[in-house]
Formats: sequence, structure tokens, C-alpha cells
Amino acid sequence: MTENEALLAYTLRLGDNALITAQRMVERVAGEPELEEELANANFALDYLGQARMFYSYAGELEGEGRTEDDFAYLRDGQEFRNLLLLEQPNGHFGDSIVRQFLFESFYLLQLEALAACGDQRLAEIAVRAGKEIRYHLRHAGHWLVRLGDGSEESHGRVQRSLDDVWRFTSEFFAADDVDVQIKEAINGPDLGRIAAAWRKQVAVVLEEATLSTPEDVSIAKGGRQGHHSEHLGYLIAEMQHLQRANPGATW
Amino acid sequence: MVVAELTREQIFDWLTEVPDPEIPVLSITDLGIVRDIEVGAEVCVSLSPTYSGCPATEVIEQSVMNTLRHRGLDNIRIKRSLSPPWTTDWISDAGREKLRQYGIAPPEAGGSKRALLDGTRLIACPRCESQASELISEFGSTPCKASYRCTDCREPFEYFKCL
Repeated sequence: MTENEALLAYTLRLGDNALITAQRMVERVAGEPELEEELANANFALDYLGQARMFYSYAGELEGEGRTEDDFAYLRDGQEFRNLLLLEQPNGHFGDSIVRQFLFESFYLLQLEALAACGDQRLAEIAVRAGKEIRYHLRHAGHWLVRLGDGSEESHGRVQRSLDDVWRFTSEFFAADDVDVQIKEAINGPDLGRIAAAWRKQVAVVLEEATLSTPEDVSIAKGGRQGHHSEHLGYLIAEMQHLQRANPGATW
Repeated sequence: MVVAELTREQIFDWLTEVPDPEIPVLSITDLGIVRDIEVGAEVCVSLSPTYSGCPATEVIEQSVMNTLRHRGLDNIRIKRSLSPPWTTDWISDAGREKLRQYGIAPPEAGGSKRALLDGTRLIACPRCESQASELISEFGSTPCKASYRCTDCREPFEYFKCL
């Protein structure tokens, strides 16, 4: 794999993580429990969509075959997506979504902070921009996790179950493959071992405040970055790409 | 029009007429998103997006094109400039005053770092200037605003978040 190929693969993963997260959040629009959350969710989804566009535009330039951000979003099949498995899991209830956002964003912010100092200027610029937004998101998700965990018996029990359900997807964040290794070496990219340690520490602090117990690492689900997805991604993509599939090339 | 006769100042001056589509009382120069203007064989205007997914970005780019075309330019290029990233500190003093008069509490200067801290902020009501205000919601009608209420004059108002 050349450096350019690794950079392209890595940038697409970042774009896919952002796009799939945006799409899951879009599914929640008009379904939030209160108006404030409605605004938060829609605003955050927009941030992710904007980030996905920046990553895809860059990927198109790296590839050099004229593919646009829309081509990456709307004209690829499920197995071509390289997002983390956690992000494609169904929204579930409000607490499920908060847990997913909290676990992912705790990782994503660390990843962006590392990228902000990397040797690839464009990725570093996008990471600085995106990091400002994700910091705000994470604060919001963390607050909610504490409110729900340290809330009523009912909310505590439900959000603990949410955590137990998706914990097995978190190891995938840190499972470095050859793309990660090459990115680390070629452009001084994120050190996933170091990020894993920081993530565990930060997550433990918030979980403790939320009176939630950290689940054990019993089983591990991974493969998203290699294109091996859960069945849920297919449905998500079918809805997201419906318009382009039904009316190829449509613009407005 | 002969491009060579134009100065950057002249073009900047024309761009003061381009409103922000979401807060039309502000121009894009008040907002501080015009990063650079290069005058050569073509006129290249560098703009910084405020937020990654800001839906206004494309509208603004189109408005800049239209404004400059209207002034007789036809060789125009718009560049998106990501670095350094835009922060609310780039809003001009005139822009802050316009926001206040429009009923939106302007972001505190130097807020970029403080915004990361989770402290309580004193936000002055744009109508009565009382600092006795309370946060209703961290979110508002657009991604860049939060919702507050003045506990003295009882008016709800929006606050332009620090970033």
C-alpha cells in the first residue's frame, strides 16, 4: 500500500464514520423527547454531515478519479463503507443514542486531537475544525449520561442496559490494522494504543459520576473498517440512497 | 472592467454589502469570514466556513459571486479556507454592536478558550443589559446560537455561542 492509498483509505473511514452517524441522527429528527433535544440533535447531525463532506472532498482529490462527495455518499454499496460497527447500530431509545454518542465521541475527539497535530496539512485542518464541534457534542452527551445514570431507578437501569448492550463494539475503535499503522508512521497519525488508554480513563470518570458500572470486555465485535458490517447498515443505506437509486443522477 | 485597476480594499468594501443569510443584520465582513482577497488575472476570495455543516456556506458563496458579478467582474473564484479555523473572536466590534441591537447577545470576546470550560457565564440581556439571565437551552434556531431568558425584563433572547 502506498502512502497515498493509506491516506485515502483512512480519510474515507473518517468520512464514513461521520456520514453514518449523521444519518442515524437524522432518523431521530422530530422524535426527540423535548424541544431542546430536537434542536441539539439536528444541529449535531449537521455538524457531522459537514465533516463527512470535508473528508469526502479530500478523498476525491486523493483518489484523483473525479469522484465527488456525493459519489462517495450515494453511489457506494454497503460493503464499501468503512465505518465503525457501533455507529450503524439502530438508534433504540433516547438513552441508547446518548450512550452511543458518548462512547464514540469520547474516542473521536481524541482521534481528532491527534490528527490536528499530524503531518498531513489538510487532515489536520479538518480535525481542528471538527474538534471544536465534537467537544461541544461530547459535553452534551456526557451531561445526559450523568442525568440518566444518576437519575431515577428506571433511567439508571435502562441506560446501564444500553451501555452493556453496545460495549462490545468499543474495542473496534482501537484495533489497529495496516492502514492505521501506516498512517501513524507516514504522517505521525494517531497512536491508537495511547488513545485507548486515555479513552478508558476519561470514560471511567464520567461513568463513575453517572453511577454506572463499566461493562467487562467479554466479546468483541469488529470488522466495520474492513467492510464486514452488521445487517443494520444495509437498511440505513437503502433509505439514505433511495433518491439516487430511484432517480440516478438526479440533482436539485 | 479591468481587473488590474481594482484594489483589495475596493473588493472588501463591496463585500460589506453581502449579508449573512441567517442573521441578515450582519454582513460577511462583520462576521469575519472573509479571509483573503487576491487580485490578479482573476479575483479570488477566500472564505472560512463558520461550522462544518453550516447550510449558509453555499448561499454565502453564491451571494459573493452575484455581488461581484453585479459590479462587473466575471473572473471570480471562491476558495474555502479551513485554517486557521473561524472563531467567534473574528466577529468585528461593529458586528457585535449590530447583533446586540438586533436582539442577539453577542459572543464574549476571547471566548474561544473559555467556551471549552464548563463554567457559568454571565450573559447580558441585549434589551435591558441586565446580567440576570438564565440559560434556557444550549441550542437555538441555528447551530451558532443558544437560548437565554432575562429574569429582569422577562424577555427571552438568543445568545451567539462562543466557539
